[in-house]
Amino acid sequence: MEYGSLENMAASSPERVADAAAVPHRALIKTGGQKPLEVVMHALFLLCGILAVGFVLVISVYLIVSGVPAIRQIGLWNFLSGEVWEPTATTRDPSFGILPFILTSVYGTAGAILIGVPVGLFTALFLSKVAPPKVAKAIHGAVELLAGIPSVVYGLVGMIVLVPAIQKAFHLSSGACLLAAVVVLAVMILPSIVNVSETAINAVPREYEEASLALGATEMETLFRVTLPAARSGVAAAVVLGVGRAIGEAMAIVMVAGNVSNMPSLLTGVRFLTTAITSGMSYAAVGSLYQQALFSIGLVLFLFIMLINALLNLFIKRKKEG
Amino acid sequence: MEKLSARRRAYDRTMRTLLWLAGGVTCALLVFMIGYIFFRGVPNLTWPLLSGQTSYLKNTIGILPNIVNTLYIILVAMVIVLPLGVGAAIYLTEYATSHRLVAVIEFATESLAGIPSIIYGLVGMLIFVQFMNLQNGILAGGLTLVIMILPTIVRTTQESLKTVPQSYREGALALGSGKWHMVRTVVIPGAVDGIVTGCILAIGRIVGESAALLYTAGFGLVLNDFMTALHSSSATLTVALYVYASERGETAVAFAIATILLLLTLVINLTAGIAGRRLKRL
Repeated sequence: MEYGSLENMAASSPERVADAAAVPHRALIKTGGQKPLEVVMHALFLLCGILAVGFVLVISVYLIVSGVPAIRQIGLWNFLSGEVWEPTATTRDPSFGILPFILTSVYGTAGAILIGVPVGLFTALFLSKVAPPKVAKAIHGAVELLAGIPSVVYGLVGMIVLVPAIQKAFHLSSGACLLAAVVVLAVMILPSIVNVSETAINAVPREYEEASLALGATEMETLFRVTLPAARSGVAAAVVLGVGRAIGEAMAIVMVAGNVSNMPSLLTGVRFLTTAITSGMSYAAVGSLYQQALFSIGLVLFLFIMLINALLNLFIKRKKEG
Repeated sequence: MEKLSARRRAYDRTMRTLLWLAGGVTCALLVFMIGYIFFRGVPNLTWPLLSGQTSYLKNTIGILPNIVNTLYIILVAMVIVLPLGVGAAIYLTEYATSHRLVAVIEFATESLAGIPSIIYGLVGMLIFVQFMNLQNGILAGGLTLVIMILPTIVRTTQESLKTVPQSYREGALALGSGKWHMVRTVVIPGAVDGIVTGCILAIGRIVGESAALLYTAGFGLVLNDFMTALHSSSATLTVALYVYASERGETAVAFAIATILLLLTLVINLTAGIAGRRLKRL
């Protein structure tokens, strides 16, 4: 009976959120090991927590352990700055240079940011300040749906619509190229840019805007000279998040990028770090230098992402401080 | 109202136009994506396609195996990740006394969340397929997904555990409840909305995942029973879409799958929203 009432209490009180900030008195709650069940459950929960950490460690360790041998064999400099990727060449020595992939990933991401950020940021401003509430709500749902669509679906639409269009527009033999990948990536990062920057814009205190309006600034002047600068760290976080998304995407762009290991240029087929892994994996024999080199590419990608995560944390921390 | 200078008025008007333009572009994009997928996909969404198998001999294409595989992999991944993730979150918010340990675990789950799925695919293949020799199949794919969605579950659970007021816990303990009993009867019921929402979002991620599954769950298009599927190459809907679109040139089938995926996404988004609100009121 008494437990039942506790359950009711937990579920029906309206002040659940209000008390959430209260500092937990963990030392007080500690009950010691009176009952075996309590001890068992404590150990179980501890195990879960340790497993969660274990997985990250396992991923990092495994990537390093399996990525380093190929780099050692090929040579770090040859691997990172080599311009030729011919892992299966038979008439001459196979070469493992991933500079084309690195540059493609960097250019592709930069292009996607260049298109996606302005559109996303303006959409966010539109949704939070200009759009009529009903319109804003409808677009909001739409953006959420866009965010949830699986990446292969973007790839499919890109492959069927965008690639032939580019082929026709530029009179190419194949429209699968860096440009197509950039557009697909820009569309894919749009929802996260909109969501994150809108949150940042909404967090700007209303007093700032009111003060600016009271001084005679127009609504637009207030928006771009007061609100936006005040939300800049959140917007920066949105951009970094977009970079992370774009650089890690594989399946959508493997379908539109042409998949040729050229040095990148806008209208030729290219390979990204991610697509080099996906497309190489089917051909590389288990344990071969080729396969090990793919793991090394994974390691390079992992380091890129970690760098981006570190940047993101920096922005978020700075936002919290000031 | 006083008159604005021509320059300021032009600025105001340009910016306003640009904002509407951006909103319009985003809208148009969405309408186009959804409209186009439905336009190409719905006519191909036939009963034989949904209920049949792909066979070279009979020259038929069916996606029933992929639908079933998607369900299998959701089942396998959720059965493992749910206790693990909720357990880790409970440990972090209810049991952990060392701030450093909590910080380490939170850092770890945050790092996991930012890693692209292709890396999970790579590591999953190395660990589960090559090292543990599980073969391509639902089990290897499911375990890879467990690592991938663990952070989502841990984080959403933690967020909702934090909203359960401290006074409830103190009340329960003061009434003589043990710690586990308190967690089971007070904390978990109070946080169930967040846990359910987290699960639905995780299922959404599983449904949409492809890069992590290509080389772990594999591309097999054959219908298997559960035990066989665990250890034999089985493509989920997304992987099947990729196979049909880029390797077989079956655009019609790919769009039919895209339609299903789109509908699933819509359903998952709506359910997550409703579940969050409904359970909170309970």
